[in-house]
Amino acid sequence: MSLRLHVTALEMRLDVPGDLAVVGDAVELVASRLPAGTLSPRRLNFNFRTALAEALGNAIRYGTGEDPTQVVHVRVELGQDAVRIHVTDDGRGFDHAHPPDPTRPENLEREDGRGLFVIRHLVDDVAFNAKGNGICLTLRAG
Amino acid sequence: MSFSVKKDKSGVVVVGVDGQLIVGNRQELKQKVLDTLDGGGRKFVIDFAKTGYIDSSGLGVLVSLSKKIREQGGELRLAGLNEDLQTLFELTKLDTLFAITKTAEEALAAF
Repeated sequence: MSLRLHVTALEMRLDVPGDLAVVGDAVELVASRLPAGTLSPRRLNFNFRTALAEALGNAIRYGTGEDPTQVVHVRVELGQDAVRIHVTDDGRGFDHAHPPDPTRPENLEREDGRGLFVIRHLVDDVAFNAKGNGICLTLRAG
Repeated sequence: MSFSVKKDKSGVVVVGVDGQLIVGNRQELKQKVLDTLDGGGRKFVIDFAKTGYIDSSGLGVLVSLSKKIREQGGELRLAGLNEDLQTLFELTKLDTLFAITKTAEEALAAF
């Protein structure tokens, strides 16, 4: 399945197969088409790319079970005041309310468990849908 | 994105990360380092001078590799983090887990 980005003046849409190997290409495809101006080059290069990779990776791993026949939906709203990344999968969702603190000494040497913590530091706002299978990441202009 | 593996004259293995270290390519990095560890390498530097971004899976694989290298009596050092990546390591407190230097040359000199 090839990646096809749909772009309008107000948003970009991309369906990504449940294959972790395509995360990097999907992030580059979306980031490279983001109109200049809303986000600074530095925030686009680091915060936007890392946050999208993080959200996509989580959706593919836990939402699709890494099944390449399933799809994760990415929608990026292009506002003048902010860019909003919506990532939704068809999975059962997860409990995002009480993630363990990855900076506690007993968790420092764990390989996983840092995703949501990292996302919260990269973007200005994080919201989930009621089912827990959709995340919205807001990066304000600047 | 790609990884390069080189050994300096004193036997330190320098791994370069070109592009990004994320969920989609972390296993490739892990395998390259573990193969070198199996081949007798014990001192490692991972150089991020050409790295744009690292996600939490990338951080996780560094933690895992550091443990495996230590178990074999070796050491892993990190180098070349840009300001954003350095902040990421500080936020996650992983800067307390790794020896981090500004350049790969400094890391090599510190072994």
